[in-house]
Amino acid sequence: MNKIKYVHYLNQFYGQIGGEDKADQTPFIVPNSVGPGKEIEKLLGDEGEIVATIICGDTYYGDNLQEATDTIIGLLKGLDFDCFIAGPAFNAGRYGMACGSISEAVYKNFNKPAVTSMYHENPGSEIFNKEIYILKSGKSAVSMRKDIDKLVNFSKRLVRDEYIGFPDEEEYIPQGRRINVQMEKTGAVRAVDMLIKKIKGMDFETELPMPVFDRVRPAKGLETISKCTIALVTSGGIVPQGNPDKIESANASKFGKYNIDNVNDFIENEYITVHGGYDPVYALKDPDRVLPLDALKQLELDGFIGKVFKYFYSTVGNTTAVSSAKRFGEEIGQDLRNNNVDGVILTST
Amino acid sequence: MVKAIEAQGIPAVHICTIVPISQTVGANRILPGVAIPYPTGNPYLTRNEEVAMRKKMLLTALKALSENIDSQTIFD
Repeated sequence: MNKIKYVHYLNQFYGQIGGEDKADQTPFIVPNSVGPGKEIEKLLGDEGEIVATIICGDTYYGDNLQEATDTIIGLLKGLDFDCFIAGPAFNAGRYGMACGSISEAVYKNFNKPAVTSMYHENPGSEIFNKEIYILKSGKSAVSMRKDIDKLVNFSKRLVRDEYIGFPDEEEYIPQGRRINVQMEKTGAVRAVDMLIKKIKGMDFETELPMPVFDRVRPAKGLETISKCTIALVTSGGIVPQGNPDKIESANASKFGKYNIDNVNDFIENEYITVHGGYDPVYALKDPDRVLPLDALKQLELDGFIGKVFKYFYSTVGNTTAVSSAKRFGEEIGQDLRNNNVDGVILTST
Repeated sequence: MVKAIEAQGIPAVHICTIVPISQTVGANRILPGVAIPYPTGNPYLTRNEEVAMRKKMLLTALKALSENIDSQTIFD
């Protein structure tokens, strides 16, 4: 049998060209395996090889979703390959977006199997799960070996057009499809079985999980904005110099609340960012680029708004658990209500 | 966070660059940012131009807070 020809997608970090300083890198192609791709090839043995690796900076991809995708599709035109693998992206948000987006585009443009792997809380997993298979990875590169092993095995089966089972047993993100299967018992018998289990207080598994619409009803719009108090909140990690609350640069466990009564502008060195997931050069030079205090204070002076609330709230939204973010939002929202704040501007990087 | 704040009845506008993430998470009022490392800035402008741009963005953000909406809305 011929060797399976793979194309592999990596970000700047795993593509070994650099860290956040190279996150603006535009997509380029190399005719061999790189970084995690070496491990993929090792596992493939005689069965396959990586004929090309695409490397692109995370910030470039995130800022230019469409252009980045188009460029990469252009790079792949005319290339002879059988399968596309992206990542694994673990819980890295921008990387997950890139892996999902490019895998879906390759699948749609070339009609070749494409598969990626990321942590189930990665936003990319909820956006790109419908067309392609996204295998569930660990949270960080600690599980790299295991996740690559899964990717390789799964991709081989896709290439051979083998039967793929249900999301739970195969450990991929559900795609929202319905598939006909033959069961031993009829629906009526299964339903009664479930009902009896439910009445007895035993565990049972529904065959039709209800979708969770975790939506929030929009609050009423502000009427007289010139009399309103507006608060600033960010997940971009802007804090006073020295990071007094020791907010973590990734997977934050807390948020900070800082007085800006007498601050009209975030000045370099007085305020910094502690976010570990984007190039901090621009924000360190002028933190207003992430949390626009100077402009909001001017709008207060010009009478467009009543007041800037005298505290701002900050945390780091870098691989931070959804449950933590929810808790921060609830606590901040409660505090804002207690202080009669009318509206909130929240910035994310 | 933005959702949990709005759930308390306080309108909250989310300024972020990767809009699909904000949509998926469920923010109601979304304002696209400039770029990931500087959502409300632009290092290629002069200081004055940059502040003017920021003010303009915030005026759109304030408009987003003042509108009565029924569903997710992107303000541009």
